[in-house]
Amino acid sequence: MFEAQDITLEAVHTTAQKMMHDGWRFVTQTAVDRGEEGMQLLYHYDRDEEMQHFRLKFQKGDVIPSISDVYFAALLVENENRDLLGLTYQGLVLDFNRTLYLEEAGDPMQAPFCKISTFTKMESEG
Amino acid sequence: MAKTLIPFGPQHPVLPEPLHLKLVMEDEIVVEAIPALGYIHRGLEGLATRRDFNQMVYVVERVCGICSCIHAMCYCQAIEGLMGLKVPPRAQYLRVIWSELHRMHSHLLWLGLFADGFGFESLFMALWRVRERIMDINEATAGNRVIISTNIVGGVRTDINTGYLQEILRTLKTVEAELKPLYDTMMNDYTVKLRTVGKGVLTKEQAWQLGAGGPTLRGSGWAHDMRTLGYEAFHELDFEPVVETDGDAYARTKVRFREVFQSIDLVRQAIAKLPDGILAVPVKGNPTGEITTRVEQPRGELFYYVYCNGTPNPERVRIRTPTFANIPPLLAMLPGVELADVPVIVLSIDPCISCTER
Repeated sequence: MFEAQDITLEAVHTTAQKMMHDGWRFVTQTAVDRGEEGMQLLYHYDRDEEMQHFRLKFQKGDVIPSISDVYFAALLVENENRDLLGLTYQGLVLDFNRTLYLEEAGDPMQAPFCKISTFTKMESEG
Repeated sequence: MAKTLIPFGPQHPVLPEPLHLKLVMEDEIVVEAIPALGYIHRGLEGLATRRDFNQMVYVVERVCGICSCIHAMCYCQAIEGLMGLKVPPRAQYLRVIWSELHRMHSHLLWLGLFADGFGFESLFMALWRVRERIMDINEATAGNRVIISTNIVGGVRTDINTGYLQEILRTLKTVEAELKPLYDTMMNDYTVKLRTVGKGVLTKEQAWQLGAGGPTLRGSGWAHDMRTLGYEAFHELDFEPVVETDGDAYARTKVRFREVFQSIDLVRQAIAKLPDGILAVPVKGNPTGEITTRVEQPRGELFYYVYCNGTPNPERVRIRTPTFANIPPLLAMLPGVELADVPVIVLSIDPCISCTER
């Protein structure tokens, strides 16, 4: 079954460096919108055909350190996440500025995958 | 020296699909290559959240026509893993047979396109003529040539009868006989070698660090093949990953051509061991939880992440296709090469842009 080790925003880059140093191959990242739980970014690595996963929990609007300077292979998926989920990365080695798939850079909250929920607080009776 | 920006694609004679590369040139030499995608992005991952998990089998098949069966297999494995379903042995073997037939016709399609890419049109036609025999098997066994829709969650939807299994073996014997002289031509011809040997070199270290997959990775010396994980019936079949070490376009070509022969052998083994039994198990309820699955597509490692919340609609389906992984290595292959070699090098990763953009 799927198991992922939790990491913090501060540990994203150092974890990538350690994985590179230890000979792990970058497979991809998966961004998941968990609704009220917030956003999650999963980092998938592979070595000797075994996988290791890391889970970053964050809120929309948080700036995520790019690992594309460590794993160049991450540049496409990080740019894709910028386009489709409105994520913001710092330190992308090649930043398409939300035009990898989309024709014009737009408001991140209008990204196709970006869910916007509105909640109305009910006034308590009495 | 002044730099010139030359657009390569999205429409180009060697590209069956629209990929755009901005090539920064110094005279005839590429200095930098910058990709531009987005011509055929269809939002299929987004569609997953609006479709029943059973309907999604047919959606993921349309991520990429040429390896549709393997997309469906990978997705079904994920749902089956979440629901604790055990696919019947006969269905596992049938999945192997159809996925290896797909690998064969995908590689033959690419080998033909590659030959056409450097102007060897008679070789292109000869390879595609052989490929038609595989397409005929698909049509006869599944009712369609490319998108065969044989996988369902819990097994397969149709069987192959004993009489037609013998016909497949006869066809494969013909295919093998027809391919041997073509292999000798493609791998030994002076002009083919002139266009491919030493072109687009990806070192062993680069291939790993840049996250390459499939023949692009194995052509650089890595015995990395997801089939060795033993999914479906592969754990009962005898095979070794096909590996070449030179890391150039020639090595990647050789890996794919050798893999066609390997797939013929795997189909023969699977037919010989094909057990009797049911084709699928019943599926009750909805999947819950998250899972990753990986299988070997013709172009390399295919990765699925699926997260379901107990409703009929998956919450997230993430698809990382092999070409998505092989574009960063391509960007590393191009600096320093001559403009005339760019088409051959781009083709050498077997780019599938439908897969890449989804």
